[in-house]
Amino acid sequence: MSQLVWNGLFVGSFYALVALGYSMVYGVIKLLNFAHGDLYMLGAFSGFAMLGALGGLVRSQSLLALLLVLVATMLVTGLAGMALERVAYRPLRGAPRLSLLITAVGASFALEYGTRAAAGADPRVYQVRLGGTTLHVLGARVTVQQLVLVAIAVALMVALHRLVTSSRQGRAMRAIALDPVAARLMGIDVDAVIARTFFLGSALAGAAGVMAGGYYGKIDFLMGFIIGLKAFTAAVIGGIGNIPGTMLGGLLLGLLESFGTDLLGGEWRDVFAFGCLILFLTVRPTGLLGERVTERV
Amino acid sequence: MLRVEDLRLSFGGVRALDGLGFEAAPGEIVSLIGPNGAGKTSAFNCVTGFYRPTGGRVLVDGTDVTGRRPSAIAALGVSRTFQNPRLFKELSVLDNVRSGTHLWLRQNVFDALLHTPRFKRGEREATDEAHRWLDFVGLRGDRAGLVRGLPYGEQRRVEIARALARRPRLLLLDEPAAGLNHGEKAELLDLLGRIRDLGAAVALIEHDMGLVMEVSQRVVVLNFGRGIADGPPGAVRRDPAVIEAYLGRDADEAELAAAREEVRGAGTD
Amino acid sequence: MRLTKDTGPPVKPVRGRGDSALTRLLESRWLGWLGLALALAAPLVIATPYALNVMTSAAIFVMLAVGLNIVVGYCGLLDLGYAAFFAVGAYTSGVLATRLDVPLLATLPAVLAVTVVAGVVIGAPTLRLRSDYLAIVTLGFGEIIRIVATNLTVTGGPSGIYGIPGLFGDATSGAAVFYYVTVLIVAVAVLLAARLGRSRIGRAWRFIREDEDAAEAMGVHTYRTKLAAYVAGAVWGGMAGVLFGAHLSAISPASFTFLQSALVVMAVVLGGMGSTPGVVIGAVVISVVPELLRDLADYRFFAFGVLLIVVMILRPQGLWPHRSRETPHTAARSKGTDHAPG
Repeated sequence: MSQLVWNGLFVGSFYALVALGYSMVYGVIKLLNFAHGDLYMLGAFSGFAMLGALGGLVRSQSLLALLLVLVATMLVTGLAGMALERVAYRPLRGAPRLSLLITAVGASFALEYGTRAAAGADPRVYQVRLGGTTLHVLGARVTVQQLVLVAIAVALMVALHRLVTSSRQGRAMRAIALDPVAARLMGIDVDAVIARTFFLGSALAGAAGVMAGGYYGKIDFLMGFIIGLKAFTAAVIGGIGNIPGTMLGGLLLGLLESFGTDLLGGEWRDVFAFGCLILFLTVRPTGLLGERVTERV
Repeated sequence: MLRVEDLRLSFGGVRALDGLGFEAAPGEIVSLIGPNGAGKTSAFNCVTGFYRPTGGRVLVDGTDVTGRRPSAIAALGVSRTFQNPRLFKELSVLDNVRSGTHLWLRQNVFDALLHTPRFKRGEREATDEAHRWLDFVGLRGDRAGLVRGLPYGEQRRVEIARALARRPRLLLLDEPAAGLNHGEKAELLDLLGRIRDLGAAVALIEHDMGLVMEVSQRVVVLNFGRGIADGPPGAVRRDPAVIEAYLGRDADEAELAAAREEVRGAGTD
Repeated sequence: MRLTKDTGPPVKPVRGRGDSALTRLLESRWLGWLGLALALAAPLVIATPYALNVMTSAAIFVMLAVGLNIVVGYCGLLDLGYAAFFAVGAYTSGVLATRLDVPLLATLPAVLAVTVVAGVVIGAPTLRLRSDYLAIVTLGFGEIIRIVATNLTVTGGPSGIYGIPGLFGDATSGAAVFYYVTVLIVAVAVLLAARLGRSRIGRAWRFIREDEDAAEAMGVHTYRTKLAAYVAGAVWGGMAGVLFGAHLSAISPASFTFLQSALVVMAVVLGGMGSTPGVVIGAVVISVVPELLRDLADYRFFAFGVLLIVVMILRPQGLWPHRSRETPHTAARSKGTDHAPG
């Protein structure tokens, strides 16, 4: 029982990290960035490349190396996210929603198969493998590495939340979410804020990618697809566009999956998760913490 | 034909409608006037099903339609235009007006797949009907081209033609004169008269007092979501409550005189 | 350009965008026959087993694209899990044909019923959602169907179903015969989809795509009408699935991944959403080009992705856009009806 809870929370913290980018971008420009999961994949691959470059340090100080790589990767995927926005989404601001969605699918494809062309179709194995000491907490087996990863995830999320709620940058983001035209009139540089939003969201996804690579070991160019869907599910459950809601949604989805898998068997895990998504969208489309939107003509 | 009783609508804490009631009978034009934000468009949206009122009833031809979806209300013979024209921009002018035939054109999927005689007859009828109503509203411009290629005033005509092609028994027009120039307004006045002569009940929201006073059989004045006057144009324009609503309580004599002048609508603009 | 003789006076001359012979040809009603003739003549030019295989696959892909065009092109709903219906059709007929020894043609009513049910079951909860939510939920449904097919024993698990018979049993299973039968079936499917698009319900789909509120105000029950588009798309996809199973005689979950769905979306988008000739050509290009460029296999999906972005930015209406103007034929009124009603 407590093992299931811990597993759920552990996986859920990954979902939450990735879901935040989805949710922030949606909150600010109402775009479902299909390519977001692929930024997670990109993070895993750029981490892989950097670890290869570090060589010796990896063998002696694996956790330290991983942390260094984590920070560098966040920078890389953050910039990649900004570039994506600049090239693919900005020219279409104001275009019909369908065009934007299709562009996002195209971006996802380009990232996946671009990575495949660069790194090959076969899975790669991370040089660092976080195994290690097992603790027993309340009857659950918990490894130190898991604790470290969860701590990193929580720290990133807390930092993001503080940034969004109590800085100028955060206020500007919220202003654009409410009314982009008025925000521009009030002197907010809308393009810059949107670019930074992409940077933050993509950096978090990249971090999750490196952590997943370090923990699970294997990475491949399609690894972002399913987690992108899961992150969207998490964002919807919590309330898309709402940051605390999205974090809650990630953890909740992790828990739901953990218990659902225990009940139905591992092969039904994804079916169960998407079932939850559809259920939530039907019953409470605004999510747990999302605000009700008044219907207007 | 239309009967609105004690209609209430609130968004959060704001009361957009606060016990509004009015009626519209076949062959008459009832105008809804009032200051901006008085609840006129909200009333239309409640009648046509786009808003679900928080209280009160809407009766169309004796049927309670409160809270039904817009298409169900349209099926009872209700048709509307929007404050800002909501045309199908990437479709042809004819197709826009053909949408009015959707509810009465008898054609099922098999007719369409097999091109049965009924299908061909129906399509011809829909096209003829569209031309007929475009003639009726006096559209100038290419009917086979895209509607977004037309100037604004002509787009307004297409929207009215589309609403008429529904063959409505109740027609709601939301500020049809907005954005029209002098000549176009005069044509609209004539058009409104001919629409009334078709025998439908017409509800009209309009800011142009001259037009309202000229064309309406009855005028309903709204302020803060409720009716403050309801009667023939002549009676309403002399109603002190109406003048006050337009100017506020503290208006001085000169402003009052100007307001009276406006409400009286010296000529048609 | 000539006018139809009987048009009433108020109709202004109706002209196409260009008057060139090419434009006239491309917009003429003979275009469909021309396409069919090309498809029928192709095996006379090249008839190696490999070429026939590629051409048959292309024809089946055309059917998929035309079906998805109903949903995406006409109605404006982005469905990213269209392969789900392809799978439902293929598996329904495959399971019935191999486990119960039903002849493949006899499975068609069952396939029709199952795809309609699948369309309703998937569409009913999702079509109430905002359009962008719909896209991602259909993606989830596509995955659900694939995973279910992988996990169930009746569908053969990960290795799928083998030994699906040809359309008329095994007697006439020659590749050329099968190709011709496929082309004829697909041609009918293309024609029927185009006819749907030009009918009352087809117009209603376009009204929804343009402005859902205005469509609703004109009496279009938008939810039911969207569901109808979705179910129609499901039926087309399911029928294509039957052909797919008959063509390859084996199906497995690997044929129904997101990649497949995304390729169909690309065919529709590149060709021109809502445009029948555009979508047909888009589908042929998407399915044949990779065969011609085998050496570039690693880059082709990357190129497709980039191409999608470029098309959306530079030419969102696709390579062969839907013709939105009316022809003199469709715009003409019948005789003696040019007086106003009163």
